[in-house]
Amino acid sequence: MRRITRIATVGIASAALALSATACGGKKSSDSTASSSESAGSSKSAAIAYDIGGRGDQSFNDAAFAGLEKAEKDLKVKGAEAEPTEGESEADKVQRLTELARKGNNPVIGVGFAYAPAIKKVAEKFPKTTFGLIDDTSVTAPNIANLVFNEEQGSYLAGVAAAKASKTGTVGFIGGVEVPLIKKFEAGFTQGVKDTNPNAKVLSAYLTQPPDFSGFAKPDLGKATAKGQLDSGADVIYSAAGLAGSGAIEATANAGKWAIGVDSDQYNQAGLSKYKDKILTSVTKDVPDAVYNLIKSVEDGKPQTGEIRYGLDKNGVGLADSNPAYKSMAEITAAVEKAKADIIAKKITVKTAP
Amino acid sequence: MKKFDKDRLLLAAAGPTLALISAFVLTMIVLAASGVDPIDPLRIMIDQAGYEDVQVLIVNQAGIYFLAALAVAIGFRMNLFNIGVDGQYRLAAMISAVVGAKVALTGPLHILLIVLVAMATGAFWAGIAGILKARRGVSEVVSTIMLNAIATSVIAWLLLPKNLGVQPAGSNDLTTGDIPESGWFPALSLPGGDIYGFTFVAFALGVVYWFVLNRTRFGFDLRASGASESAAQASGVEPKKMIMTAMLISGAVAGLTGMPLLLGESHTYNLSFPLGIGFTGITVALLGRNNPVGIFFSAFLLAFIDKSSAGLDQNGYAKEIGTIMQGLIVIAVVVSYELVRRYGIRRQQQKVGEELAAGHALKTDNKEVAA
Repeated sequence: MRRITRIATVGIASAALALSATACGGKKSSDSTASSSESAGSSKSAAIAYDIGGRGDQSFNDAAFAGLEKAEKDLKVKGAEAEPTEGESEADKVQRLTELARKGNNPVIGVGFAYAPAIKKVAEKFPKTTFGLIDDTSVTAPNIANLVFNEEQGSYLAGVAAAKASKTGTVGFIGGVEVPLIKKFEAGFTQGVKDTNPNAKVLSAYLTQPPDFSGFAKPDLGKATAKGQLDSGADVIYSAAGLAGSGAIEATANAGKWAIGVDSDQYNQAGLSKYKDKILTSVTKDVPDAVYNLIKSVEDGKPQTGEIRYGLDKNGVGLADSNPAYKSMAEITAAVEKAKADIIAKKITVKTAP
Repeated sequence: MKKFDKDRLLLAAAGPTLALISAFVLTMIVLAASGVDPIDPLRIMIDQAGYEDVQVLIVNQAGIYFLAALAVAIGFRMNLFNIGVDGQYRLAAMISAVVGAKVALTGPLHILLIVLVAMATGAFWAGIAGILKARRGVSEVVSTIMLNAIATSVIAWLLLPKNLGVQPAGSNDLTTGDIPESGWFPALSLPGGDIYGFTFVAFALGVVYWFVLNRTRFGFDLRASGASESAAQASGVEPKKMIMTAMLISGAVAGLTGMPLLLGESHTYNLSFPLGIGFTGITVALLGRNNPVGIFFSAFLLAFIDKSSAGLDQNGYAKEIGTIMQGLIVIAVVVSYELVRRYGIRRQQQKVGEELAAGHALKTDNKEVAA
């Protein structure tokens, strides 16, 4: 019993200190909230709220930042950014978007489907601000622009190229996290491979299961999984795994096999220059232009609204051809061009789920 | 007698004071060493906590941490290290969200059902580790960590549209469907936002925890088992039953951790339902020394650091400063509590020595300080 009392005193004392830490903030609430009134649409500034991983992920978030950077340069808008904390809840996302909108940023762009419920709530509170939502069309409002991509179409082309480039008839797909979005990549890729070579084998693997999103962030996981697929005979590996994909590219290139990159043209990525000769191609997703176009539309006074879809037809998704080795393989490029034309002409419909 | 109380109080206050001061000093050193202004980020954080909406976020987060820490603390009090709170609350939130979305009942009953399902699921998941420990002697540390990983996979599988999940049209998210409004816990609306009603349930649970542990026979048995299993056994406590009961209760409370969010905010379990709260709960329980009042305030401290550091981003500082601070607090707490304990023992030994040398009779009270 005595021990308990002592522990209790310790607890109370530490608690008192903790309280004083929070309490000194509390006093200022009246004057600081005064500055937080709505000033939407007044200044030339745009904001991005990042997905898990934040800036520096060499992938999705960096692509969004590239769009903001371009707007900063070309349109002279001021860019603001905010990153999520791991393990945060919807309330934190609402708070982040509210703060960005309250500071007068227009548009405010949420990167990733996780922002959908939060944008729905915040968009109601700031009707004069345009909100961009990437990868989601489930919430709509006059001041929400849903920026979505036909990832499966680009992945289909990658499947065609992989099936043509493979000598063993076995190709690999590595997804970062097993979520519907990444399954779109898998579905398109598999269909592309099978349509080109019905006897080909596609090995599919996901690095982590949600809500563990580290599969987008851990290159070592990508490396180990790629090694496993190489051991099983795969000689072309397509990884849609954000930063983890660089590990897969490293393992594949070291084994002298072909790697296919994702999101941006990874052949030209400085961090991967050591392996670029073995990066056959990359499935590109033009997030930078989607972000830039939205910012520009707001600056022009005609803000985008509703679903803005980027497919093969608008070069919103595509297959990079910066590797000279890839360009020299006439048979592959011809097959890819034909598939591309067929998809645009709607002769081929690409599935969005495996 | 009075003299000893004063000493004890001083010693008790010394631990956390030393811990928090050294944590803040260390944070400043880290900031200065990395070429950042050491004072300004702290000032911004305190400023941030001045905003009403940030305050609401802090209170809500504190309620969630409080529940997770209570779950951990119940285990700690009998030397059971339940690291599985993380898996338990996520599985509980998921299953109860599914049940909540499938049924329609009148208000309070609906909420009660969701809460009971969550508690049962959490208890079930923790109970697996309990059985393994009681029957096979498997360390609960190992089994609960493994059960966390298994829970992640089980949830991912259950959440597939072909099982229990729903993929809303046009969305890349997976959810369990929306819980109808009768299953929403009423919130306290403030100018800065809504405080989840379940937060108050959480804090009330702290009182229950204190009462059960300190004023019931069960609580005594639990603490006795924690202090010395063999001694408890000798006095008639059945250790296996105690392990099972403690694990089940710990799991049931862990199951409640997701409730403030589920009943007050998201009303569905989706891919972005937060994870990792169970681990923060361990920190909170350690910092609060398993005492409900201590846990209450340490939950607020950690929630404060969490929420107010988020604003550092916008002011040109890395918000990871908050994470560094939390880490340093944990280290400082462990080190300083131990330092203070040793100092206390040494001081007492000195005193006893002096008294013996002076020829006085040894007071039995002296033992208290060491205890």
